[in-house]
Amino acid sequence: MPTPSQSPLLVIVPAYNEEAAVGDVVRSIHQSVSGVSVLVIDDCSADGTVAAARAAGAEVLCLPHHLGLGGCVQAGYKLAFELGYQYVIRVDGDGQHDPADIPRLYEVLRTSGCEMVIGSRFVEQNGSRTSPVRSLGIRFFRMVLRPILGKAVRDPTSGFVGVNRTALALFSRSFPLEYPEIEALVVLQRKAFQFQEVPCKMRPRAAGRSSITTLRSISYIVHVLLGVFVNVLRYDRRLRTGARGKTKG
Amino acid sequence: MDRLLNAMTIACGAVILLVLVSVRRAHIRVEYSVSWLLAAAALVVLSRADGVLQSLARYLGFLYPPLMLLLIVGCVFVIMFYRFSIIISKLRDDNIALAQRMAILEYHLQALKDQNLRP
Repeated sequence: MPTPSQSPLLVIVPAYNEEAAVGDVVRSIHQSVSGVSVLVIDDCSADGTVAAARAAGAEVLCLPHHLGLGGCVQAGYKLAFELGYQYVIRVDGDGQHDPADIPRLYEVLRTSGCEMVIGSRFVEQNGSRTSPVRSLGIRFFRMVLRPILGKAVRDPTSGFVGVNRTALALFSRSFPLEYPEIEALVVLQRKAFQFQEVPCKMRPRAAGRSSITTLRSISYIVHVLLGVFVNVLRYDRRLRTGARGKTKG
Repeated sequence: MDRLLNAMTIACGAVILLVLVSVRRAHIRVEYSVSWLLAAAALVVLSRADGVLQSLARYLGFLYPPLMLLLIVGCVFVIMFYRFSIIISKLRDDNIALAQRMAILEYHLQALKDQNLRP
């Protein structure tokens, strides 16, 4: 893997049973951004994900047992932080994110001063489609997050995100483990970090089936809502504690 | 009333027995068996000591003492579930952190091995 001194960007690909898609994803990333380091984080797949990723030229971080998406992504962030990378972009292993958008995300990440950029399906009308339940969930979370974040976020469930080293340091210490995308925005807000959305096109899954069924979507909404409020409460408590501390000092 | 109290005594006795067997077979660690054993033992005593049960029920305003005992059983279970939820959550967090650390160390180890193999 190229070292951070050769390329400050690391692309991480969390993957779980994505043997059929992960190889193409890694190759597309290398074609889109030459010389970039690609790290596939294998969440203890039962199929040939690891071999497919290695054959395509990626480095692989193998988790000893299944941790779920948040734990898997955080492992990648931890390793990237230890290795000294300045920027990390996450691309899902199912082929839904178009690696051709990585250079644009990277450019915004380097030049905007934002701690996080989100590849968004809804900034521009680009024909990206989601299921009705998911679409409803996205609208709901836009509404919930607007007052918390103090600005609109159009695609809060997008996993196509890039972070700079400041956010990387934070996420390698503290990262939502179950449904990370939305909660991560609240964690960023707690630290007064900035994010920006970049228009991107999502593709249909290259292979396999999505694990998000209607029932899971509802469970997702309940879990994430709870996670968001817990994060907001922590934030408020810190504010109050900080205010008390200042008064005492 | 006697039948309900007898059933409760038998149930709590069975819990004590089950927990002791589980500890002996190392299915439950001693530290986690203590709350079960203490709760079950206290309930056995309450269900057998009629005078204590009657006066406690009168003090708390229960007309039917076994109902109070059932309520205590419910409260004990809620407290224990809460306690175990905290323990499980902490173990889960520790487990994730350990798995991540292990994976990262393995990655570094492999990188070192590959480096040494290079001519």
